[in-house]
Amino acid sequence: MAQLSFEKKYRVRGGTLVGGDLFDFWVGPFYVGFFGVTTFFFAVLGTILIFYGASQGPTWNPWLISIEPPSVENGLGMAPLMEGGLWQIITICAIGAFVSWMMREVEICRKLGIGYHVPFAFSIAILAYLTLVVIRPVLMGSWGYAFPYGIFSHLEWVSNTGYAYGNFHYNPAHMIAISFFFINAVALALHGSLVLSAVNPSQGNTVRSPDHEDTYFRDLIGYSVGPLGIHRVGLFLALSAVFWSAVCIIISGTIWFDAWAFWWEWYLYLPFWSELPLIDGVNYNG
Amino acid sequence: MAEYQNIFTQVQVQGPAEMGMAADPTTNRERTTGTRFSSLLGIIGNAQLGPVHLGTFGLIAVIGFAAWFFIIGMHFWAMVDYSPTQFVRNLAWLSLEPPAAEYGLGFAPLNEGGWWLIASFFFLVGCCAWWVRTYQRAQALGMGYHVAWAFAALLWLIFVLGLIRPIMMGSWSHAVPYGIFPHLDWTNRFSLDHGNLFYNPFHALSIAFLYGSALLFAMHGATILSVTRLGGDRELEQIVDRGTASERAALFWRWTMGFNATMEGIHRWAWWFAVLVPITGGIGILLTGTVVDNWFVWAQDHGYAPLD
Repeated sequence: MAQLSFEKKYRVRGGTLVGGDLFDFWVGPFYVGFFGVTTFFFAVLGTILIFYGASQGPTWNPWLISIEPPSVENGLGMAPLMEGGLWQIITICAIGAFVSWMMREVEICRKLGIGYHVPFAFSIAILAYLTLVVIRPVLMGSWGYAFPYGIFSHLEWVSNTGYAYGNFHYNPAHMIAISFFFINAVALALHGSLVLSAVNPSQGNTVRSPDHEDTYFRDLIGYSVGPLGIHRVGLFLALSAVFWSAVCIIISGTIWFDAWAFWWEWYLYLPFWSELPLIDGVNYNG
Repeated sequence: MAEYQNIFTQVQVQGPAEMGMAADPTTNRERTTGTRFSSLLGIIGNAQLGPVHLGTFGLIAVIGFAAWFFIIGMHFWAMVDYSPTQFVRNLAWLSLEPPAAEYGLGFAPLNEGGWWLIASFFFLVGCCAWWVRTYQRAQALGMGYHVAWAFAALLWLIFVLGLIRPIMMGSWSHAVPYGIFPHLDWTNRFSLDHGNLFYNPFHALSIAFLYGSALLFAMHGATILSVTRLGGDRELEQIVDRGTASERAALFWRWTMGFNATMEGIHRWAWWFAVLVPITGGIGILLTGTVVDNWFVWAQDHGYAPLD
């Protein structure tokens, strides 16, 4: 059932980290394993709690449903269920589900005899989530600084948090993160394009070779990173984008409290040019 | 756990330089013949630098981009009264602004936006020439035109920002200034002036595709690296003649999330996700101020922003 033509010979025992053979089976296309059970438990419990929270809230409009974290005054303690307690339990479920999912990926890698790159990459995404809902709130002393679980409510949180530090575009780590996101999208477009253009050549040509790919990029910009290198570059760009995103928010409210435009004054007033006048008509305030 | 994860190339083999696949006689003649090797680059990818093809449109593109860059640089120099110290100090704050609203779509005196118009013209020429280049280089090698169409999607966003939207708004003053912090100020003000861009659904889509592109490249890059031991990085070969690398890569995702792409299909997912970032972003910007003045109010009207 639900198996690819070549799948049967890969469905073998072993590779599990926990539970031995007990959970070493598939359900449809999904591998289960011990961590599949824990993923299922946390995901179902968290989802039920979100629906329960929605049922107690003012709206069923999917864009507006929101599970709010405790108020800032609540500090780092447990909150009453309807005043952020639900958010706290859902957060525990989310972390449990994400970490279980990652560990399940590790088991699948072991079973297939392949590298651990995917679960490692996923761990960086988990780190970014933890930064937002655990590390930064703990450093700032209250769960109230975490973001709410809702489609537009989390955008409002991003907007409000950003403007709490003036023009957030001046946050240097935010600059690095956005640059990585943009470069990543460009690199992904170029990689996807290059492979597709080799496999789907212009009319009358047979499928092109990796040498055509290299030649295209050398003709265009004088360098081709190559079919192996581009995947290292892509993984690096994507993970860097996530990592610097986490950095840009962890430093806001923990080591920098003012508008980010003023952070750059250290540069503007370096000792050897601080006496020079500012330039007329230039906006120094963000 | 001490397994080989192929993060770096540990042993570099260096043979004669690859001089490029034969193309049409003009392309072959216009290619440079010099190559170099950088073993530093070789740790990550190919060590070979060059050859490169310039050609007519490459030359036009280089001239266009260089003129744009030079005009902006000279304007910055003039702003700091040609003081090298002040130039280095203020570089990130300096700005070449488009003409004020009163000039509409007409020309403006050089120091009141005229230089911005001239620089932008050269940038436009450079962009168009570079597009022709992406097309012609594919043509010369008998390849598909996927790079050219992907680049056209980026040009759509660029032209919306600097050309189409200002024309629809009736003034060049709506275009983006050239400068490091100034273009960030413009972005910030653009959102504030139009009731918070987070409520613009096309902005939301664009961000979703931008994050999705990071997700896809992390997934794809990591998947391929994890099967390089089995030759998974030879994607073209795997596409036309599936091997165990493709099979394990596919099964990894099938067992993880119940669905897998094929070795060719993942590159279609990648292409569309990346290309939709500027397409949806450009639509979102073009609608702002032309069709929708305030996205918060618009969101209230459409039931997804709070009414109080």
